[in-house]
Amino acid sequence: MAETKSALVKVAGLARYFDVSLPWLNRVLDGQPRQILRAVDGIDFEINKGETLALVGESGCGKSTVARMVVGLYRPSMGSIVFDGVDMAGLGGRAEMAPIRRRLQMIFQDPYASLNPRWRVGAIVSEPIRAFKLIDDEAAIQERVGQLLRQVGLSPVDGHKYPHEFSGGQRQRISIARALSSQPEFLVCDEPTSALDVSVQAQILNLMKDLQRRLGLTYLFISHNLAVVRHIADRVGVMYLGRLAEIGPKQTVFALPRHPYTRMLLDTIPDLDMTGRQRTPVAGEVPNPINPPTGCAFHPRCPFANDRCKTERPEPKPNDTGSITACHAVEEGRLPAGPLTAAA
Amino acid sequence: MAALLEVDHLRIEFPTRRGTLLAVDDVSFQIGEGEVLGVVGESGAGKSLTGTAVIGLLEPPGRIAAGEIRLMGRRIDNLPYEEMRKIRGKQIGAVFQDPLTSLNPLYSVGRQLIETIQTHTDMTPTRARARAIELLHEVGIPAAERRIDHYPHQFSGGMRQRVVIALALCVNPKLVIADEPTTALDVSIQAQIIALLKRLCREHGTAIMLITHDMGVIAETADRVAVMYAGRIAEIGPVRSVIKDAKHPYSHGLMGSIPKINDEKERLEQIEGSMPRLTEIPPGCAFNPRCPHTFDRCRIERPELMDTGVTRASCWLYANG
Ligand SMILES: Nc1ncnc2c1ncn2[C@@H]1O[C@H](COP(=O)(O)OP(=O)(O)OP(=O)(O)O)[C@@H](O)[C@H]1O
Ligand SMILES: Nc1ncnc2c1ncn2[C@@H]1O[C@H](COP(=O)(O)OP(=O)(O)OP(=O)(O)O)[C@@H](O)[C@H]1O
Ligand code: SF4
Ligand code: SF4
Ligand SMILES: [Mg+2]
Ligand SMILES: [Mg+2]
Repeated sequence: MAETKSALVKVAGLARYFDVSLPWLNRVLDGQPRQILRAVDGIDFEINKGETLALVGESGCGKSTVARMVVGLYRPSMGSIVFDGVDMAGLGGRAEMAPIRRRLQMIFQDPYASLNPRWRVGAIVSEPIRAFKLIDDEAAIQERVGQLLRQVGLSPVDGHKYPHEFSGGQRQRISIARALSSQPEFLVCDEPTSALDVSVQAQILNLMKDLQRRLGLTYLFISHNLAVVRHIADRVGVMYLGRLAEIGPKQTVFALPRHPYTRMLLDTIPDLDMTGRQRTPVAGEVPNPINPPTGCAFHPRCPFANDRCKTERPEPKPNDTGSITACHAVEEGRLPAGPLTAAA
Repeated sequence: MAALLEVDHLRIEFPTRRGTLLAVDDVSFQIGEGEVLGVVGESGAGKSLTGTAVIGLLEPPGRIAAGEIRLMGRRIDNLPYEEMRKIRGKQIGAVFQDPLTSLNPLYSVGRQLIETIQTHTDMTPTRARARAIELLHEVGIPAAERRIDHYPHQFSGGMRQRVVIALALCVNPKLVIADEPTTALDVSIQAQIIALLKRLCREHGTAIMLITHDMGVIAETADRVAVMYAGRIAEIGPVRSVIKDAKHPYSHGLMGSIPKINDEKERLEQIEGSMPRLTEIPPGCAFNPRCPHTFDRCRIERPELMDTGVTRASCWLYANG
């Protein structure tokens, strides 16, 4: 077994529930029950050292919640996150977390909210260096900040400015420089390029790949842009309503998608060639996560749903391509292998 | 037919201690009634500032230093605050890049929608609430009648943006400035939002200035596209021509760096270097240090928009039409 690649991150049975009940008084007056939103409802994945796992899925399916749990910003309601052999849930106080926290950093979806507007860029970028006491000498810190800013395509003099002096894309580069400053091994990137124009996006994605190769970084990469995911990921997980519908190697998921939801997502990719193809309109809408459909949560939108789908929740199982799918029809072998469009 | 929106020689400056920054430099374009103008270009090129100037929300020290903005023939760039506020309420709607700037975290989304509706109509609270639910439903929020009482932080990033779109639609505006409206949305909801925006154009004749990095969204939605670079328009023309057959070397490079779903390259094409800082815009063509076709004239003389056949590009390669 010596030949298997080692998983740096192992997530098992991960779940996060939010209490979104109305205030107590309204609940009593309107006679409404407590409402629990299952943002993430039991997912498993592993990420090997030096690899990129991308999570895709529709808005609200729980991608950011997974990201936030993995870096310790949200406590899981259930399940475990094991980072390099250490169960993060078992870690108690700040002191115990610190050595792990240095090794994993997050880049957020929103470059506006994630940078402190009252701090100069130099202070923002050097904050992890100071917090983890990685460098003591002030001149050396300044030099490192300059180097980090250059690494993301900014200039060392930008360190003296404030975030509001930068455009959205420039701010995202600052977040990346900040995330890299503690020399992490694992980066959780929540839509890191969706605020960037495509030319800067190309540079940042190329930069992230270069950094990965050079520094052996491991990424959890969240994006709704399937073309970006196809470019950056080694493996892809498709989420639906807090669960994984399909997960597998990128080539397999894109070339031989098995789960009906994966196929639908691939069908909604915008048509840049303007061949006149209309995007296949999505059948139905994302169900209410507070009160998700029974059985397979995708069944109201699925052209292959049958009675079993309405009552029994499909568990993730390996399929004929080697990826893992949670779908009765795939398991029963009653799905046509070709594209969904023809069948639907 | 006069254009709905006319922007003429717009110039936006930021006076700073380090000198005056010219963030938008002599930008002119028009948007017709019911037309969708896509605005794309490098981060920091001045797209958002241009949009912000049109809705009169440019924040000091930023200021319009020259040029005119006209809506239905009426000049709106120099109106007093109150008058501009009324135009914003009735004729121009806005959807910003960051949904949190448009939503008050202390109020439920329902309260924000209902207040906006009631400011501009005389609907009863019950009618307004029903309308608000309808709008939330229209932008694809599941279980709208229950979610209406939730607060912005209880929604995902994408759902918040849909709430903001609902807010902008409350008043049936003539023009919507949409700054990255679908950036936080996944493809399937994007398709719905785009269908929604298109329907608006068709049914209400609403024009849209659609600022986005997402060329897929532009391809499906826009009639014309303006490509901005370093505060200037590099190229403007019909969507198909700009995407398929860009003439300006910058727009050409931009289109090349789009990741495509069916080609697998180790590295994406990228335009080397970065856009100049506003304090260091080179003389002549702003793109000249990065352009593979630069020649002498490019370093000295600034190119104006020139005819390239179908599009217009500010590039000396097209000096003779
Ligand atoms: N703090 C919270 N309180 C209550 N509900 C929450 C909270 N955070 C997230 N949610 C809910 O959990 C679900 C998942 O949200 P999350 O932000 O993880 O989605 P996402 O997949 O990242 O979506 P997007 O693509 O729109 O960013 C949503 O229904 C959201 O409304
Ligand atoms: N308050 C300010 N002070 C100084 N410069 C500013 C200020 N606000 C914006 N700028 C500058 O003006 C330029 C244009 O900014 P703008 O936000 O319009 O860019 P953008 O094209 O929308 O970029 P993005 O795609 O990243 O959103 C940027 O270079 C920015 O740094
Ligand atoms: S389990 Fe049934 S409803 Fe769910 S995706 Fe498979 S076929 Fe469709
Ligand atoms: S004017 Fe010259 S430098 Fe500018 S884009 Fe055209 S060829 Fe390139
Ligand atoms: Mg998210
Ligand atoms: Mg912008």
